Amino acid sequence: MQWEPVIGLEVHLQLATHSKIFSGSPTTFGAEPNTQASAVDLAMPGMLPVLNEQAVSFAVRFGLGIGAVIGKRSVFDRKNYFYPDLPKGYQISQFEAPIVGRGSFEILLEDGSSRIVGITRAHLEEDAGKSLHEDFHGQSGIDLNRAGTPLLEIVSEPEIHSAAEAVAYLKALHSLVTYLGISDGNMAEGSMRCDVNISLRPVGSGILGTRAEIKNVNSFRFVEKAIRHEIERQSEILDDGGEVVQETRLYDAERDETRPMRSKEVANDYRYFPEPDLLPVVIDDAYIQAIRDALPELPGDKRQRFTEQYSLSKYDANVLADSRALADYYEAVVAECGDAKIAANWVQVELLGQLNRDERTIGNCPVSATDLGALISRILDKSISGKIAKQVFEAMWQGEGSADGIIAARGLQQVSDSGALETIVDEVLAASAAQVQQYLDADDAKRKKLVGFFVGQVMKLSKGQANPQMVNELLAKKLV
Amino acid sequence: MHTNSVAQLIEGLRERQFSSVEVTQGFLDRIDALDGLYNSFISVDASAALHAAAAADKRLATGEAPPLTGIPIAHKDIFCTDGMRTSCGSRMLDNFVPPYDATVIQRFRAAGAVMLGKTNMDEFAMGSSNESSFYGPVRNPWDTGLVPGGSSGGSAAAVAAMLAPAATGTDTGGSIRQPAAFCGITGLKPTYGRVSRLGMVAFASSLDQAGPMAHSAQDCALLLNAMAGHDPLDSTSSCTDTEDYCNALDNNLQGLRIGLPDEYFGDGLDSATGECINGALRELEALGATLVQVSLPHSALTVPAYYIIAPAEASTNLSRYDGVRYGYRCPDPVDLHDLYTRTREQGFGDEVKRRILVGTYALSAGYYDAYYKKAQQVRRLIKQDFMNCFEQVDIIAGPTTPGPAFALGAKSDDPIAMYLEDVYTLAVNLAGLPGMSVPAGLVGDKPVGLQLIGRHFDESRLLNVAHRFQQATDWHLRRPESAAGPLTGGAA
Amino acid sequence: MSIEQNEIAKIAELARIRIAGEQIGQVTERIAEILQMVEQLQAVNTDNIEPMANPLDATQKLRPDIVTEENRRDAFQAIAPAVENGLYLVPKVIE
Repeated sequence: MQWEPVIGLEVHLQLATHSKIFSGSPTTFGAEPNTQASAVDLAMPGMLPVLNEQAVSFAVRFGLGIGAVIGKRSVFDRKNYFYPDLPKGYQISQFEAPIVGRGSFEILLEDGSSRIVGITRAHLEEDAGKSLHEDFHGQSGIDLNRAGTPLLEIVSEPEIHSAAEAVAYLKALHSLVTYLGISDGNMAEGSMRCDVNISLRPVGSGILGTRAEIKNVNSFRFVEKAIRHEIERQSEILDDGGEVVQETRLYDAERDETRPMRSKEVANDYRYFPEPDLLPVVIDDAYIQAIRDALPELPGDKRQRFTEQYSLSKYDANVLADSRALADYYEAVVAECGDAKIAANWVQVELLGQLNRDERTIGNCPVSATDLGALISRILDKSISGKIAKQVFEAMWQGEGSADGIIAARGLQQVSDSGALETIVDEVLAASAAQVQQYLDADDAKRKKLVGFFVGQVMKLSKGQANPQMVNELLAKKLV
Repeated sequence: MHTNSVAQLIEGLRERQFSSVEVTQGFLDRIDALDGLYNSFISVDASAALHAAAAADKRLATGEAPPLTGIPIAHKDIFCTDGMRTSCGSRMLDNFVPPYDATVIQRFRAAGAVMLGKTNMDEFAMGSSNESSFYGPVRNPWDTGLVPGGSSGGSAAAVAAMLAPAATGTDTGGSIRQPAAFCGITGLKPTYGRVSRLGMVAFASSLDQAGPMAHSAQDCALLLNAMAGHDPLDSTSSCTDTEDYCNALDNNLQGLRIGLPDEYFGDGLDSATGECINGALRELEALGATLVQVSLPHSALTVPAYYIIAPAEASTNLSRYDGVRYGYRCPDPVDLHDLYTRTREQGFGDEVKRRILVGTYALSAGYYDAYYKKAQQVRRLIKQDFMNCFEQVDIIAGPTTPGPAFALGAKSDDPIAMYLEDVYTLAVNLAGLPGMSVPAGLVGDKPVGLQLIGRHFDESRLLNVAHRFQQATDWHLRRPESAAGPLTGGAA
Repeated sequence: MSIEQNEIAKIAELARIRIAGEQIGQVTERIAEILQMVEQLQAVNTDNIEPMANPLDATQKLRPDIVTEENRRDAFQAIAPAVENGLYLVPKVIE
């Protein structure tokens, strides 16, 4: 039987607030255990939550970014369960009345095409702490620094049908939320964590199969592997005539497999009810409008503009608009050098290539956009060749200074002095009498090939600094 | 000196008739000598109290001291006190010494008051007789064979026995008013949100409210002045402006319309208690008020609605007591499940566990709509009843309790009978209204309380009515014989 | 509404409260009485009545996004049952 996977994703996005969602504790990553856990975060007796305005504002920004209905009256609920990383014994979340309703956004697939994926809802909630399982005499250690960090849980419609689509969805979401500036999107630090719901159904069937949920998959690569693995596992069960059990599974990256979570064996009854320590959050049109007015240009709009304003191919626009930081960088390069095409090439090939090699991001790129723009300007004004420019770029990357400084210091300025060039050309022709004769005997077609030899020799002698156009002109004049 | 009201103590301190150290020492001596009878305090830190009193005396000497400077006050052991055990009457928190103050405590400190100690209470404020405390029952100073009421029974008994001139309490379903009535003192439950809940151990978040307990309405007004006000750290605390609650005390009652709900004078009311209430109402009439018959048609549903909503909220408020970060932890847990279940089995008493189970049931899948949601709908109907009444009348009056204090042990094995003790007080919490209990007579030697219920944020009017009533009567000046004790006349 | 012992056992498990075997009968009886009492609610018609979670029907005030808390780990952990290296210790957590 041919099975069609039906995949829904729940993404837990950490919002980039300074303080926690319900307390004034800092949200900085990587602090010493429990040094960022206040009395509220520790659920000390009598402590009460107070809602962070920025978290609300970020959630609304997201809602507007996906064209969603904004919940003008949203309600926080308690989700009750016992776990040592959940100090109150309940998580404050939103159940019946989330702040963001139905919306959608565009995802880009590997083949360059795009499609729209629906978002069911997005709601605010608090993060839990962490259980550390290193051995403390057979016990676990609890760190509650993360408890109370604001999360936006973004729930997709079950409209995703492959691991590749799921990754495309996550990449597009990552791009969107970083554009919106509501999250740092730092996957390694857990800023974007994903639960995957997967079921299989016979191709063409409209009925959903029994689903398994895979918890807490924390990188694009693991999402892809976990989904592929889970599809395989479920198809094997179904092909053998078995039934998929509805359960929560954990992806084990080391073994590349999913396995049932032991702690969730007992079906949970979360006993949701409205959190009586918080009141309904009511937001008005003026509040929403102010956030709408301050929205940045979003990825789709930017891609569109790049193709129009800079005459970029769709592919180039997709790459350059992938992150807001990269797009901003690219536009700054264009502003400096004035040539969108060459700038696009340099950013995509040289810059991204170097970033990749050094495992850096655009955020900590050692060459500024202005400096790269200035380098490209030197190509455009023929001060240096493209080949020399790559050497200069390499030196800039190593922190040796600006393009002009490196060109001057290394004497890489292109030789365009016709007298100096003529001397070099004469030298080459004198040393290559046989080739000159060959050239003179050849027909036009062959001559074009042979001239390359002389250009090469001139370049070699000039250490690459000869102006190629002038060299060609001189050769044409002399080889008669 | 211990017979003085707070108002009199304030005057005496300012006129240097006595010092705060003398006053504080006087009450500490009385606690020492008499509290063996009542068990009204869980913790007393005499040296801290005297230290604060000495500091207060210095402030008083400067002539620029806030109003309650030097006044000793007892706090219900539900308010977190920095560096002093806050047990909430439970084994679960027997070892809990908070590193922070409740907002109420902070406000009393800022107002210059001296903390005398922490008073006994029903465990987690769940009870109407003070018999569910881990620290043993409190005894009613009017008759030590009787309960003092609950859950703020320790505060009520301490004030009644003159072990403290005033105390704080909390009221989720009558826990200030009912013990005030049983012990012959004056107690005020303010409008929900009038006083911050921060640092007050939560029972039922949408019902809990702190308030003053003292001999007179005037003293309650003085305390409320210190307690009331918006707290940015409590989302449910109100931004409505506070006022000087002493300002309106003397207003005359001419033209005041008092509503008497039929449902509060029906079959369940003890007849002798009813007579006391009627006497008090005639007194109010004589002071110029008009009595108007009104109806609160959903009154019969207040007990069932309350006993869903309060346990439901409590069941999750008490989930934090898990033996991980503070408080009781069972010995030698074999695994996580064992840690949770045995800690909570051993740390909580029977009534608390019962309410957690009822609340868990009411919220659980399949029952939510039938119980919790239904109760919250009925709650709106109950509030609407009051709103309708307040279109016709300025305040509502009736008995605080169906009868006077009952004997220790009489109802401790019968939860339902105990719950019905609060039949007249619960609705006020469900509707978030301010309510008071004012001494209104004696049945034999047992005090009876008159309940006054006002519009939201109309505490001033309740205090005004109670004050005028107390100007015309002396029920609030009666003192139990047992408290005369060996220290009659006070230490100073 | 009557309730069975096994239901009480289930509820007690949800609430993480151990009930000793010999007590479950009595606990069940008491809770059954309470549930019987609250059953009166079913008699009233509440169609189209909005549930009331807060007696003032107030709305939420928002806090500015400012860090106001400082590290007080030592004070908080001084009252904890078991800590090591700044972590709260619990019996091993199994995922």
